[in-house]
Amino acid sequence: MSADIKQSPITKNTITIDGQEIPFLAGQTIMDAALAAGVYIPHLCHRQGFTPHGSCKLCVVDIASRSASACTMPAVAGQQISNNTPALNEARKTITQMLFIEGNHICPSCEKCGDCTLQAMAYHLGMLDGHFPQFFQRREVDASHPTVMLDRDRCILCELCVRASREVDGKNVFAIAGRGINAHLVVNSASGKLVDSDLETSDMAAHICPVGAILIKEHGYEVPIGQRTFDLHQVSEIGLEKTILTKVRQPDE
Amino acid sequence: MEQNAGPSSDIDSPPNLRRVAIDPITRVEGHGKITLLLDADNHIHEARFHIVEFRGFEKFIQGRPYWEVPFIVQRLCGICPVSHQLAAAKAVDQLVGVERLTPTAEKLRRLLHFGQTLQSHALHFFHLSSPDLLFGFGSDPAQRNIVGVLEKYPDLALKGVKLRKYGQQIIAAISGKRIHGTATVPGGMSKPLAVAERDALLVDIKNILAWSQDALALNEQIHTAHPEHYRFATIRSNFLSVVGGGGELELYHGGLRARSATGAMIFDQFDYRGFQDILREEVRPWSYMKFPYLVELGKEQGWYRVGPLARVNNCDFISTPLAEAARKHFREFGQGGFVQDTLAYHWARMIEILHCAESIEVLLHDPDITGTDLVADLGEKRSVGVGVIEAPRGTLFHHYRIDEQGLIVKANLIVSTTSNNQAMNESVRSVANEYLEGREITEGLLNHLEVAVRAYDPCLSCATHALGKMPLQVELLDADGVLLDRLVKGSNGVIERTV
Repeated sequence: MSADIKQSPITKNTITIDGQEIPFLAGQTIMDAALAAGVYIPHLCHRQGFTPHGSCKLCVVDIASRSASACTMPAVAGQQISNNTPALNEARKTITQMLFIEGNHICPSCEKCGDCTLQAMAYHLGMLDGHFPQFFQRREVDASHPTVMLDRDRCILCELCVRASREVDGKNVFAIAGRGINAHLVVNSASGKLVDSDLETSDMAAHICPVGAILIKEHGYEVPIGQRTFDLHQVSEIGLEKTILTKVRQPDE
Repeated sequence: MEQNAGPSSDIDSPPNLRRVAIDPITRVEGHGKITLLLDADNHIHEARFHIVEFRGFEKFIQGRPYWEVPFIVQRLCGICPVSHQLAAAKAVDQLVGVERLTPTAEKLRRLLHFGQTLQSHALHFFHLSSPDLLFGFGSDPAQRNIVGVLEKYPDLALKGVKLRKYGQQIIAAISGKRIHGTATVPGGMSKPLAVAERDALLVDIKNILAWSQDALALNEQIHTAHPEHYRFATIRSNFLSVVGGGGELELYHGGLRARSATGAMIFDQFDYRGFQDILREEVRPWSYMKFPYLVELGKEQGWYRVGPLARVNNCDFISTPLAEAARKHFREFGQGGFVQDTLAYHWARMIEILHCAESIEVLLHDPDITGTDLVADLGEKRSVGVGVIEAPRGTLFHHYRIDEQGLIVKANLIVSTTSNNQAMNESVRSVANEYLEGREITEGLLNHLEVAVRAYDPCLSCATHALGKMPLQVELLDADGVLLDRLVKGSNGVIERTV
């Protein structure tokens, strides 16, 4: 039996995504292996080096007869995976539409416009409208911190800030509270306000938000149209996350 | 529609007239309604021009950070967003303690605004008003539109299109987009003008100057050659505008000047940051548009006009030679007094378009325009900011108050069309008295009323009556408020009698 396996192609520790054979290392997820091989699987809540979260569901792929989040599913030799298919991309577009209508994503006046991964994802998936009735959320804006602002109406619950604070900054500033439609971003401080947290401007958590929910105060619209991230790049470019977050702004800048 | 026997407006009306209140029939920008009230002798007693949409910008920017505001409020308009962005940016400069921009930033803002005014004025004359002026107010409506102008006067129409395009090229070069770009940051600008961008704009500037002169000559000829235009919709009003420190025509920054219809100075070089001391707004129950007035003259006498007619009348001179020569000619037409002819708005507008073209050429040759020192040092934060600019349609006020966290707690915008509210009502009344008195409402009447409103270039007009199809409703009521006649022109241009 073992001799047979050694002779089989799948013993090379590879998976197959849309017909392309991709190697993987032990412990890698499908997302890790795909990105390492230069294969893009749409995602919003994933970030290399962070604990996988599996919440945005954009990276759901079909593995034989079942579906799974590529960012949390371990790569297993021989997996036959469908990723870039019309059906999956249509489902991803629907999820993206839901994210738009659940918050207040007013792209025309948002300072994150052109730098927003959610907006770029919508373009990538060919989203033309919100499709679903708008929720018109009225969540609290927290501008209490001297240099960082929290606009919860734009939060997509990706938990990137939660994980950045915990895993990179060594703090525990953010968390998601509530369940289902009541889930919302909270601040771990006695008052629940950012000003009473230990968040600092230099923290990665203050800069990692892929939408415009966490912003550096009193700065915006400084990058001219035509020079913003997604004026120059496609969201599907591998490694783009690193170029987005290459510099953490200091308070005096 | 709801008929309401409630109290009449503050405008004088006898007790046997009822006010007809019409709920907003649409939230879409650009729907107008004109209500005419007849007295017992079947004379026009009251004519009202209503704006029935509700936008709510002043409310929904509350709670937003101040640095976001220029880019929210510019969405008020698709024709003059630059003016809103700049007015808000000037207010934001005050909030961050900036008194003076860097030379490059100020010149870039001025260039941006000249481009804005040039394209807006070109749009208004060539696309919206030239059909009335070239074919006649009561001419065949099938021809009375920009397509008709293109067919009969292709050279003229194409110049208009190219003038507008040039203004938009300036806007795009500075703000990244022709409409709703981003150019300003607190205390300055976000992007320098590259030498290549400047050179590209210089290529066509001589043509722009020549076409602006042609447009001015045409408008002057149209107005002076038609004595009936002198009195059409004409009213005598006060004028309000910003002027430069020397009393010159100024579109970007200066002091407020108001003069009475006789030319008497009401105030001059008034620091606009204190505008609430000299300007108030009255709310009337039948319109979502407020009625501003000069405090010194009171509600009844204090209404005024803004825009090109006010600016060209009000200023002492224009800093560019060709436009100044045209201004002198204009004032000669007024025989030393103000030109109060409402249709002379078109003439004054083209004097300004020439001034814009001349100023653009000067700025493009200024070495500072391609500088890279774009943002001034920020100063001490303030809680109140007031930005005032001369938008294409007139003086534009943006007034904001922020809390200690930088969020907007109060906003008040007085847009140009609002300042002209009473004047447009008076002009409509004038036309109704002259053309409707004792007559059945006709399409020709409808267009005469539109021509009167259109001369002011209200935002309503810009947004809605593309191809000359401004949605409009005219009602004829008798002395008891009974609806006698109603014509409704839909956005498709079809006119229906609904009574």
